Formats: sequence, C-alpha cells, structure tokens
Amino acid sequence: MGCGKSKERRAAARPQSEAHGRGGRGRDSSAKVHPPSPPLPEHPATGASGPSRSTSARVLDPRARLRACIDSHPVVLLSKSTCERCAEVKKLFKSMCVPYFLLELDQAEDARGLERAFSELTSETDVPVVFVKRRKIGGHGPTLKAYQEGRLQKLLKMNGSEGLPESYDYDLIIVGGGSGGLAAAKEAAKYDKKILVLDFVTPTPHGTRWGLGGTCVNVGCIPKKLMHQAALLGQAVQDSRNYGWKIEETVKHDWDKMTEAVQNYIGSLNWGYRVALRERKVTYENAYGQFVGPHRIKATNNKGKEKIYTAEKFLIATGERPRYLGIPGDREFCISSDDLFSLPYCPGKTLVVGASYVALECAGFLAGIGLDVTVMVRSILLRGFDQDMANKIGEHMEEHGVKFIKQFIPIKVEQIEAGTPGRLRVVAQSTSGGETIEGEYNTVLLAIGRDACTRKLGLETVGVKINDKTGKIPVTDEEQTNVPYIYAIGDILEGKLELTPVAIQAGRLLAQRLYAGSNIKCDYENVPTTVFTPLEYGACGLSEEKAVEKFGEENIEVYHSYFWPLEWTIPSRDNNKCYAKIICNIKDNERVVGFHVLGPNAGEVTQGFAAALKCGLTKMQLDSTIGIHPVCAEVFTTLSVTKRSGGSILQAGC
Amino acid sequence: MEAGRQDYNLLVIGGGSGGLACAKEAAQLGKKVAVVDYVEPSPRGTRWGLGGTCVNVGCIPKKLIHQAALLGGMIRDAPHYGWDVAQPVLHDWRKMAEAVQNYVKSLNWGHRVQLQDRKVKYFNIKASFVNEHTICGVTKGGKETLLSAEHIVIATGGRPRYPTHIEGALEYGITSDDIFWLKESPGKTLVVGASYVALECAGFLTGLGLDTTVMMRSIPLRGFDQQMSSLVTAYMASQGTRFLKHCTPSRVQKLPDGQLQVTWEDLTSGKENMGTFSTVLWAIGRIPETRSLNLENAGINTNPNSQKILVDAQEATSVPHIYAIGDVAEGRPELTPTAIMAGKLLARRLYGQSLDVMDYSNVPTTVFTPLEYGCVGLSEEEAMARHGEEHVEVYHAYYKPLEFTVAERDASQCYIKMVCLRKPPQLVLGLHFLGPNAGEVTQGFALGIKCGASYEQVMRTVGIHPTCAEEVAKLRISKRSGLDPTVTGC
Repeated sequence: MGCGKSKERRAAARPQSEAHGRGGRGRDSSAKVHPPSPPLPEHPATGASGPSRSTSARVLDPRARLRACIDSHPVVLLSKSTCERCAEVKKLFKSMCVPYFLLELDQAEDARGLERAFSELTSETDVPVVFVKRRKIGGHGPTLKAYQEGRLQKLLKMNGSEGLPESYDYDLIIVGGGSGGLAAAKEAAKYDKKILVLDFVTPTPHGTRWGLGGTCVNVGCIPKKLMHQAALLGQAVQDSRNYGWKIEETVKHDWDKMTEAVQNYIGSLNWGYRVALRERKVTYENAYGQFVGPHRIKATNNKGKEKIYTAEKFLIATGERPRYLGIPGDREFCISSDDLFSLPYCPGKTLVVGASYVALECAGFLAGIGLDVTVMVRSILLRGFDQDMANKIGEHMEEHGVKFIKQFIPIKVEQIEAGTPGRLRVVAQSTSGGETIEGEYNTVLLAIGRDACTRKLGLETVGVKINDKTGKIPVTDEEQTNVPYIYAIGDILEGKLELTPVAIQAGRLLAQRLYAGSNIKCDYENVPTTVFTPLEYGACGLSEEKAVEKFGEENIEVYHSYFWPLEWTIPSRDNNKCYAKIICNIKDNERVVGFHVLGPNAGEVTQGFAAALKCGLTKMQLDSTIGIHPVCAEVFTTLSVTKRSGGSILQAGC
Repeated sequence: MEAGRQDYNLLVIGGGSGGLACAKEAAQLGKKVAVVDYVEPSPRGTRWGLGGTCVNVGCIPKKLIHQAALLGGMIRDAPHYGWDVAQPVLHDWRKMAEAVQNYVKSLNWGHRVQLQDRKVKYFNIKASFVNEHTICGVTKGGKETLLSAEHIVIATGGRPRYPTHIEGALEYGITSDDIFWLKESPGKTLVVGASYVALECAGFLTGLGLDTTVMMRSIPLRGFDQQMSSLVTAYMASQGTRFLKHCTPSRVQKLPDGQLQVTWEDLTSGKENMGTFSTVLWAIGRIPETRSLNLENAGINTNPNSQKILVDAQEATSVPHIYAIGDVAEGRPELTPTAIMAGKLLARRLYGQSLDVMDYSNVPTTVFTPLEYGCVGLSEEEAMARHGEEHVEVYHAYYKPLEFTVAERDASQCYIKMVCLRKPPQLVLGLHFLGPNAGEVTQGFALGIKCGASYEQVMRTVGIHPTCAEEVAKLRISKRSGLDPTVTGC
C-alpha cells in the first residue's frame, strides 16, 4: 500500500468542489452529450480481472448485463472513454493500487441500452459511477470524498458485505409525517438513531392545509369518527325521549361549533406529535422532500428555501390525497375530504360523489346531523368489501334519508352563486347511455378515490420503482423498495391495506428490524377494519365473494343472522337491520375465514374476533364460547343458520 | 319405574333462561317436554311473567335502564358536538319504566309463543318433588297437579336475599326484583351491598339524576379483579354516587312523611350514623330457589351452606336422572348465557347423542356500571395465586376513548389490563377492560383466549382505528417495568 497517499489527498480537494458545482445542471448532462456510438466490444482495462464476455452478453438484456458486472467484481467503474472525471477516478484507483473492473459504456456493445440500464440501476445521470463490493459509492465527487474520509479504503479492506460506516447526516430520513412515518420515527429513536422527519402538506385546491400527523389525524379517521359520533349523538337525543328524557321536539345542529371542537382537538394532536418528536430527539422539518441523488434528499420549505440532507436509509411514507374527477369545475368548485372536516361553514345540501367508504361515511354523518345528502354512484358501493354487507349499508342509509343516484357520473360542475356555501349546478351523465341530469347543491364533495403521493418525490432520480398506473410502490415483505436503502410503508404501498394501524404496525416493526435486530415482519393477513357508516360495519378476513373465489362455493359455509340491539328496542327502531355473518372453510375444520358485522360499535366488536382469527378460530370454538349478555357481539356465539339452508334469520326473543 | 309410563320425557322446573333453552332444545329433538314456572311475588308484591330473572328482573331491564342513564350522558355530550340541547334535561322515570316494562312483557309473550310453537307444555304452577319422577304443582288458586317425567331438570334460579337481623329491612326495603317494576321514581336511594347488582343499580340511578348512596361492608365486587373494582367505584364516585364504605345498616324506620330513616354503624369508627332516604335497595346477594322444592323427597343433595344443588360435570344431581342448571347449581357462574348453553348441551346429551359437556372455564362477563367493566379469565390476584408472581406478566394501559375528547369527559378510569404468563409466548390468562361498550369489546377476546391466544398473537393483531378495543392490541407496558401506562397520541 502506501502508494501516493498525500498526492491523492490533494487531488481530492478539487473534484469535490467541482461535484458541488455540478449539482445544478446534473440532469442536463444526460446521454445526449454522448451520442450513441456503434456497438464496440467491451473494454476491460488496467488490472481488471473481468473477463470479456461480449458474445454471451449479446443475449443478455443490458440491465442484467450491468447487474452481473456489478455483482461479480469487487470494484467496478462505470465510465465513458471520453470523460475527464472518469479518468480522474481511474487515476485514483491506480494510485491506491486497487484493481478494478472498467466498463466503458460508450464503447460497449448496445451502448444505448447500457446507458438506459445505467441510469435505472445507478440512479445517476452521468458517469463515472463506482461500485465497491456491489455497493454504490457514487460518482466522481462521492468517490473522492469517500477516499478522502477513509471510507473507501476501509470498505476495500473489509471482507464480506458488512455495512460501511458512512458519515451521513442522518441514519434515517422519513418522508411523510403521518401515522406510519411518525410511528417508525418514534420507534427508531428508541435505538439512538439520528432521524429526520420531513412533512409538508400541499394545500388543497380549496386552500385547506393542516399540521403534523398525516391523513388519519387531520383529514381522516379522527375527525371522521368525531363527526360520526356527532351524528350518533343526534340519534341518541332522539332515542332518549323514549327512555324518559324530556327533550324538546326539534334539536338543531351547529356545524361551526362541532367543527371548531373537532379542529381544536386535532390541533392538540398536532402539537402532541411535535412534542413527542422533540422528546425523542427526532428532527422535524416542515419541508417537502425530494430525492436528488443516492442517499440525498432536498427539503424545500414553504418559503422555497432548499436544504440537502443525506441519510443511510430512507423511508417513504407520504400517503395519499383525494382524487379529482378531471371535469370542468371540479377543482374550482368541489371539495374533498381534505376540506370537509375544517369547512368554515355548514356545507348545506350536499352531493357526495363516489361510493368509497370515505363517500359513505361522509354522506352518513352529514345526513345524521340533518343535512340533505345525495350520493352519486358510478357502479357498486364499497368496492372490495363484501357486497352483501355493502348493499345492506346502502339500504340502511337510504331508509335514513340519504338519496342515491346510481350509475351516473358528473361531467360538469358550475357555480350558480358564490357564497358559504354557494350554489352549484352539477350535470351528470348516465353510465349506460347519453342521458344527462342536472341538480343543484350547496356543496359537492368528491370521494372517488385517492392517489399515492409518489410522483413528485424524485423517486426516478434514485430509481425507486413505482407502478406507473397507480403510482404505488411495490415492496418486499420487509417493506423494502427495489432500491435497497429505501423503504416504504402505508397507503402508498402496492397491494397493501390503506389503514392507519397497518401503517403504524409496519413502521414500528420496520424500525425494530432495522435497528433492534428484530426479524418480525408486518402481517398483512386478516387485518380487521371498520367502516363508520351510520350502521357501522366491521370486517376481518375474506369477503364472501373472495372466499367463494378462493375455496369454491361448495367448500364454504356461511352462517348468518340478523340481530336487534337491545338498546334499539325501546325506541323501536331498525329491527332486523343489524347483521352478523361468518364464512367458514368446510375443508379446514370449519375454520373462520371471514367475519362481518353490521351494527352499533362494530369496531369494538370486531377487534377481539380479529385476535381470535389470528389464533385460527373455528366455528366449533365460536359455538362453545359463552356469550356476554346482553350485548350485540354475543350473536356470534349462537349462529346456527347457514345461508345455504335459506332458513329464517329474523331475530326473535332472548 | 318404567320409562314409558311417565307423562313427559322431560320436565323442566323453572322457566328462566336455562330452563327454557333446555326445554326448547329437547322439544326440537322430538321429545315430549313440559315447563313449570311460577313467580313467587316479592315481599313488596312484585310479580312478572315467563322468562326468569334475566328477562324480567335482571339483564334486560338492567341494561335498558343503564342505557337510559348512558343517554343522559350523551345528552350532556351533545352540545359539545354542536347539538343545541338546553341543559339540564330532566328525566321522567314513569315514562322510562313503562317503556321498559312493555318491552319485557313483549318478551314474556315471545317466550310463551316459542314454547307453543315447539309444542312444549307450559304450566304456571309452583312445583315440589313428590318422588324422584314426580312433582306436584300448585296453581295460584291452590289447585294441585301431579306431573311425572323420565328426566327432570331443576332450573329455578335464585332470588335476592334480605338481611335477616335488620329491623325494618323486609318491611321497608326493596330489591332488584322490584326496582325495575317501580311505577314511580325511587327518589333518593340507599343501595346496600357491593355486588355487581348493587353497583349497577346505583350507577343507573345516579345517571338518571337521583341522589344515590352505596353502603358496603367491605370490598366492592368480591371475586372480581380488585384493581378494576376500585376503578369502577372511583368512576361512579366521580359521577356523583356517594359511597359509605365499611358501614353496615342496623335499622330502617319509616318516618311519618313516608321517608325511610336508616341507621348504620361505621365499622371503622364504631360510630352510629343516620340518614333519610326515599328508597332502600338491598343488593347483598342472592339465594337459590331450592327450599320449597322438597328436594329431599327425591333424594337430591344440596350444599347445606349455600343451599345450592350439587352437580357433576354432566349437570346431574345425586339422582342420576335429575339435573340442575343455572344459578341453582353449586359452583356455576350465575350468568344467563352459561345457563342457556348448559341447558342446550344437556338436552343434546340426553336426546341428541351428543357427548359435549359444558366448559365453565374462561366465561366472559360484563358489569354494566356507568363505566362498563368486561372481563374474561383470571383476575390479577387469582393469576398470582395460581402461577406465582414471578411467572405472571401484566400489561396495562390507561387510555382515552376518542369520543371523550370533544365531550371533555374525564377518562381517568378507562383502563385495560391483560394478565399473561411471563414465559414466552406468554399465554393470556385474563383480560380486563374498563370503558364504554366493554361487553362488545370483551366478547371477541374471550374467544381468542378460548383459542389459546398468546400475548404475542394479540400484539400481532392489527388494531381497528379509532376504537377503544384497539388499545387491547397495543398493550406494551408491563406493570413490572414501572413505566407510565398512559396512552398518548394515536
């Protein structure tokens, strides 16, 4: 060793500043600078041990070829023959007496393909890029910096794939301060990790913005359940007369008062999160994160001020935001669930567009506090949920005054009159033909779905793969993206559940795996959930449709029953509306594979059964469990009528 | 005696939850079945229809009046949520009682219809044993009937106990047999006792706006987890229920204005105190209805102390073809659903070739105090006693129901405790939940415990957000750790 150390150190200083200067125009100096050249044989260079495999390489796709090259050599330099900075890196390795595998992209076979593969695999836009023991060191600047700091030498000396003690700004940077991100941050902080959380709420087209905590706290579960509770209290006030309470005939509801109370509570939660992060020494910045290079992220605050941070690992937990229709007037005049919970005026007569759980929950509580509510549905209610249950929810809502316009989609929204609320005209078209209808509403609430916030994160810069159609990020069962040092959790994951507790669980377990030597993975099976429609719906496991699909109709047995909550008997309302259903796999000892309940406190009821499902609950065990009397949940211990039998399931007696 | 000679295959004495379930199941299996039921009026003269304690003077009216009280709380919450309800809102006992009583009567009727539908013969007579296959039934009018059967099931349940040595107790006091059938508000009430009946009644009376005092000799909810019990009473006290602890009544006198003057002894100070109430409710325990059955005529053994009937795992008494189920049987939990299931299983064993016996372990239950308490499995004390303190891990949390936040309710007593074995995978021994809808929350977990759930499995269950039940799946602080178990944030 010992060859030319001091000299190299001097040499390192210059390129580093150059690397910085390059940052701004980095993306411009793309492949265009190097026009595709005719295919040439690969050019192994100085001291390289790599064999030239130009013939076999022909059949490999360029990506695989590049990958193989990186994987099979201890030191790899991806370069171009005309590049000056590449020459400097070559010189560096020579001076260190380190043999390396050189791949001159511009001279290799299928140069164009290789260049494309190069940017996909390395997330770099330009050569050189250095890999040591399959690990990307980076371009010219980072390589010289790594050398200067001694990291490069250390890595070269190391056997095996031990991690390199990089001197990043942070151990972990989390993009997104929602349920999942914060849970991961707090958990990781327990293990003395240096953590940065970047959270930034882009205002809605309506101008609504909010604090730390993400969707659940600000514009999701929390305000939703509180407003649902307000609606339930409206029902309770009605019921209470039958129970002897002397209440005047009409009780009015004050939207502003409710909203203020809800927002105050949310404000306290936002503050609580700030405090919790501070107590755990997690750095928080109210700034928008975008990847600008490997292990590098740019944080832009609301004044447009930019900072660059580096981290060993990243976690993307940016969640989703409501989708707009893409029709005239939607962004100008419609609101979404992002706006509703802090709306500074009562929405009045409301059209809810969509049939998602968000749509039905909002429609439910708006009707519950006395508003005139119409739901416009394109096709089916609650897609993905058990349709038997979904339809029962719809029927119940209809009976309680929510109007449904089915198989129509809005094509235009116009303002008739501005105001709080104003008046809007909605033109909608039938999905089956050209028929159009018009309606006038004070508020139009769009709840047609949500889109993952993944397209403006600079993910392409670092090569994180997303599903082009949905924007969702595919991950391994350890929540790792295709870029090994970048993880993702929560609503942005492809094929996973969009639920707060799932994100929290995934975040906590990920932090434990990363920093506490745990190997427990997040279990996405049999996750229970509840829809807070006026008649609440709790579910765990498979829908009936899914069960039929998975096991075949002849192999499942569905037990079901209506039930009448004791509390509803005195006001004598909604008899035979609440419904319990379990789906059993006949071939597996009648193991319960689906649990569904429609009734008050469905979430409270479902939770324990979800735990039982985790333990492999069978119908026999259900039958031998003693009920708690008189509660709704006990109905599950006495289910005896199968759907197949067609027997009566109307409820009678104790 | 020859089987064919009997009037019935099965005769059930007692038309409560257990008896009716057993009778209906046996009839379903094609047997000739009779049920005899007779409600001896309470000392205050209260009587009721078919269905037993649960339907008439137990779970059903109790939960409905509890609900009335909860609605009172919701009315107070409503303005916080934007509802324009002028406070305070007054309560009309008469209207509530009528609604509850009408509902109970509809259930009585429903039970009659169900028996008819299944061709079960029903006799409104008071039964006593003549011999081991025959009973004598006496109608209200004094008419006697003899009925015989191959199998007889005793399911007569229990009735509230009156204190025997307290002057005026029987004359002026009422019990849970009467409270649900009162036409007028009981007014300022003294509830004597610390049973769940006592606390539930005191809880709903307070909730309906009545001045309510609970007098207890020693500890609340004996047999339940004591930490939970003290939280239950702490919450009640915060809602305005008065507690006279370590006190025992000595005398009840009627004043000229009709009010009741109660004299009691404070066991701590030894001093005598006095107070005036409109109603005195005894809830000091229940005694099994066995004394008028002439059990000795059939040779049925009872426990001389408890007067309960001794039974084996098959529910059989000392006379093999006579069975006892429900509250009247020795060592059984006094709960409707256990009696129902025991009755059904018994009928299936007798007539349906089944071998399934009742599993009395891990029976879940809920106490409908203002803050409800649901539990299943072992109390902390019991777990320690059985397994030793060093082998038990208790996970716990104080949590705040989301609905409490906007309503500005105090959640100091909302508490969850899971008692586990310490050794991995930490089998769950008991779950204790104090909070709204405790029964709904507990039911599913009871099943989990039945399936042998471990702490790890419960923790791997993803929560349902935002609910109270999800806090069970998030219990991470062990008592042993000494860490603050207060849940913060989401």
